[in-house]
Amino acid sequence: MITVDHAYLLLGVMFLGFSLLTLRDPAHPKRLLGGLFWGLLAVSMLFGGLLGGLGNGLLVLALVTIVAVGGPGASRLPALSSAEAAAPGYKLAVLAVAVPLLTVVGTLAAQHTEMGKLLISTRQTTLIVLGLGCLLTLVGCMLWLRPPALAPVREGRRLMEGIGWAALMPQMLAALGAVFLASNVGNVVGDLVSSAFALDTRFIAVTVYCLGMALFTIIMGNAFAAFPVMTAAIALPILIHQFGGDPAIVCAIGMLAGFCGTLMTPMAANFNVVPANLLGLPDRDRAFNGVIRAQAPSALVILIANILLMYFLAF
Amino acid sequence: MLVLVGILIVVAGFALRANPLPTILVGAVATGVAAALSSGLPVADLPKAALDTLARFGTAFNDNRYFHITWLILPLIGLLERAGLQEKAKTLITRSGAATPGRLLLSYLAVRQGTSALGLTSLGGHPQMVRPLIAPMAEGAAEAQLGPIPDNARFRIRSMTAATDNIGLFFGEDIFIAIGSIVLIVGFMEQAGIHVDALHVSLWAIPTAIVAFLVHGARLMLFDRALRQQASNPGRREGTEP
Repeated sequence: MITVDHAYLLLGVMFLGFSLLTLRDPAHPKRLLGGLFWGLLAVSMLFGGLLGGLGNGLLVLALVTIVAVGGPGASRLPALSSAEAAAPGYKLAVLAVAVPLLTVVGTLAAQHTEMGKLLISTRQTTLIVLGLGCLLTLVGCMLWLRPPALAPVREGRRLMEGIGWAALMPQMLAALGAVFLASNVGNVVGDLVSSAFALDTRFIAVTVYCLGMALFTIIMGNAFAAFPVMTAAIALPILIHQFGGDPAIVCAIGMLAGFCGTLMTPMAANFNVVPANLLGLPDRDRAFNGVIRAQAPSALVILIANILLMYFLAF
Repeated sequence: MLVLVGILIVVAGFALRANPLPTILVGAVATGVAAALSSGLPVADLPKAALDTLARFGTAFNDNRYFHITWLILPLIGLLERAGLQEKAKTLITRSGAATPGRLLLSYLAVRQGTSALGLTSLGGHPQMVRPLIAPMAEGAAEAQLGPIPDNARFRIRSMTAATDNIGLFFGEDIFIAIGSIVLIVGFMEQAGIHVDALHVSLWAIPTAIVAFLVHGARLMLFDRALRQQASNPGRREGTEP
């Protein structure tokens, strides 16, 4: 059966390729730091399960230290203005949409056919199928367009270096969330919020809940981390038990208020920093880059709308 | 109260514009040590508390490796770009003539939100769709309408493309009942002794979804006019008359 571990194996091989190519690239400005960074990430993918808690912790410490001293850096590859070997448009179009389509069809097949359930693990199915789709389409691309054998590693490294350290952000925030959970940070924040505001009218309570969801999401980079904290502190005792709000409506709209926060924070790196890096925005390293500035007006209006929707619909 | 030191560190690091990765690790270890301290651990044992927290962080880091699976598409996208995918996408739009960046992105918003609402969230995304296809198409549409565009307008179009993908995804996916956030809501409420129906939760995401489409869609309709002004503004470019 294909499990998520096979996808990690594939990732390990890919990162190892990035690492070796970086180490053999004399023109790379951060050759050793870059090689070490992608190499350690390969170790995490290939052997992370064997390292134990402290081993993985030390691995993270090493990765973070590399970033702190200026790694992993990016190679000086020629700009991508002109296509080296132009391929027919229809081939490119087929290959470009193959992965998303394979992922959707493959996930449905894996979840709803007997064969699929036998072949592919029911945990993280979409991600496994996504990895499989990438591999199959890459093989198809190699056979169809016949690029040099090392070209996928070279081109993949170019894009990965563009993303750089931001690639680690979601994983780091998830781990921070785990430490916060173990240290009971959520309850303390919740107590603080509910004691700091006089939540004696329905409108104030709704507003504090929605703004709290957005604000805590901005800090944590993830509405999933804010939801249990704010809901336990405000929504459950005040909005639902005291004012009799409909739990489904309060929770649904509260979560979406958190999503408005996700649109406004550089902490949500995979949504806001990774695209800025991928699109080569000149202000990508600023706290509020072009992507966040493009989203903020919509996010603020939707946040206000969420407060009003909850106030009028949930009671 | 002491355990809030981690949040304080994260906020301070952000304010000082430090790289977030070291800030997060320091914030996590400080939180773990603070929690040990406020539970009455003697100061001599604090180094051990720090190591325990590092181990807990490492375990969670390892458990969350799946975020990286998205990067498996990069070698393919890189190859397709080398073979001219972005140029092809651009010329396709330029030749069609009728598209403007705003109208193109409005259609993308509708498709992205609609497919996400059906659970098909992997049909879009920044490495898969935005960089190789949608952003070059939006730039091509702008060039077809306005001729050569200045760099600041180009970056604005790219930013708006990424923003449109995010907004379509966020306010579409919550309508699908098997998405992570709904699972989290149902599970959390179950623990609190309240039964909520997943379908009920997902239906109540629809009002916000409509608002999001109207708000961002309206901004996209105004986007074309803003771009025209930016492109005809002689301030940033030499030798062009308004």
